[in-house]
Amino acid sequence: MKLDSMYQEVILDHYKHPHGRGLRDGDAEVHHTNPTCGDEITLRVKLNGSTITDVSYEGQGCSISQASASVLNDLLVGKELAEAQKVQELFLELMQSKGKIEPDDAMEEVLEDAVAFAGVSKYPARVKCALLSWMAWKDATAQALADRETETA
Amino acid sequence: MNMPGLLDTEAIRKDFPILDRLVHDGKKVVYLDNAATSQKPRQVLDALSDYYERYNSNVHRGVHVLAEEATAAYESARDKIAEFINAPSRDEVIFTKNASESLNLVANMLGFADEPYRVERGTEIVITEMEHHSNIVPWQLLSQRTGAKLKWFGLTDEGRLDLSTIDEVITEKTKVVSFVLVSNILGTVNPVEAIVRRAQEVGALVVVDASQAAPHMPLDVQALQADFVAFTGHKMCGPTGIGVLWGRQELLEDLPPFLGGGEMIETVSMHSSTYAPAPHKFEAGTPPIAQAIGLGAAVDYLASIGMENIAAHEHVITGYALERLASVPDLRIVGPVTAEDRGAAISFTLGDIHPHDVGQVLDEQGIAVRVGHHCARPVCLRYGIPATTRASFYLYSTPSEVDALVEGLEHVQNFFG
Repeated sequence: MKLDSMYQEVILDHYKHPHGRGLRDGDAEVHHTNPTCGDEITLRVKLNGSTITDVSYEGQGCSISQASASVLNDLLVGKELAEAQKVQELFLELMQSKGKIEPDDAMEEVLEDAVAFAGVSKYPARVKCALLSWMAWKDATAQALADRETETA
Repeated sequence: MNMPGLLDTEAIRKDFPILDRLVHDGKKVVYLDNAATSQKPRQVLDALSDYYERYNSNVHRGVHVLAEEATAAYESARDKIAEFINAPSRDEVIFTKNASESLNLVANMLGFADEPYRVERGTEIVITEMEHHSNIVPWQLLSQRTGAKLKWFGLTDEGRLDLSTIDEVITEKTKVVSFVLVSNILGTVNPVEAIVRRAQEVGALVVVDASQAAPHMPLDVQALQADFVAFTGHKMCGPTGIGVLWGRQELLEDLPPFLGGGEMIETVSMHSSTYAPAPHKFEAGTPPIAQAIGLGAAVDYLASIGMENIAAHEHVITGYALERLASVPDLRIVGPVTAEDRGAAISFTLGDIHPHDVGQVLDEQGIAVRVGHHCARPVCLRYGIPATTRASFYLYSTPSEVDALVEGLEHVQNFFG
């Protein structure tokens, strides 16, 4: 069934048992929404130098948006910012591929569980759900870095 | 299935080619998203192509035969709609592009009006918590621009308007009360008379958003006793791009135009202009001609079946759906749980499965529902839910489609269970 390509087992697992959920201490906090369906996320980023020490989040939304936030936490916490940015860009590329990218080993090496979202990219209405937490992370990180610059200036 | 009051859906469905559409590898589409937009009968599709193929032309200008035919058809659509809503005069029917534009038009008329209609600082606007965003945001804009205070009726836990404080909400300061006749998210049919009576006591104008009423029940603007009534064509078998604002004639004469341009003028000089009488005063520019003609055909179609009969059909389907849905474990109806004073849009939550996921798994089975906040986010906030799944019925909906929905929901629960 086609649905299985969207709702991969690994996505449903993350949805039912989210990793890193809950708000903890952070350097910046953002609140993002998906106005068409009411998905919401509040996300905080904690940095130590250029290392991401935590991404914490709280929100409500569909399985895709919630699982995606859980996968994001797995993938990005502990990474250097530059590396995390590459992961984010690759995930964005995958999600915008309209189902045309078949993840290979090299991609799976970088995206790990996030390759399971390849099937979601075929459903335009759901791509935004998958990207919600990633856009929030990007925004929060930019804010944390900007705040840091203001403080040192 | 023997249910008294049902229409002959077998015959009706033959008029709607799209209902034979197969989706997702051969599943017949079960279209339960009628509150978002209705499907279109062949009669309406034919009226559209007939206009474009035979007499496409601009209206109210030109002396050639095509222009005259187009003008006659466009104005005849106005006659049909006037009759459909029992308007005292055809000149009270203004064509817009949708209900949102109709409501924005009223809000802007009142913002620019002279006394006694002018909405300004020190006056009040009243709406309700169950409005579609299109009947909230125009009034927020008007309130922000003029300094008038925006107030609203809250909702009861049962999904109805809380009118217990009506005398405090609608006061001598109230200039306009704007509310929905049938809620697009809760399905509630609101008690017009009580609100109109109080508004009239204080001399406030009454605006009724009839977007979810005009397609489904007899609409009599004189019986409503409102001052303005707004609705849209595409939810009542008509095309998109055409809406209606009905307004009382003396108001339309007194109130200022909003959009300026061709068609709405009498004379124009470089210094000033005078305006055409209503309805043309409010129809600047080339109107949606084909769409108005299409809406005329839609109204003919609905009238031929009879709005009383359509309302009775939907009442039976809604009652059956409410009864069947009550048997689904963990399903909670958001809105009135019985079919009394209730339209055919039913919102619900299904345990903690997000409506987006519900809608996706239903879609895989060919069942089209709407998920989200239905452009009525304050209602979701009121009931503490992020979104709902909504099934909404129309004259071609059948009990077996209700059964398909209920089976589909069981499948959803198994999938995420």
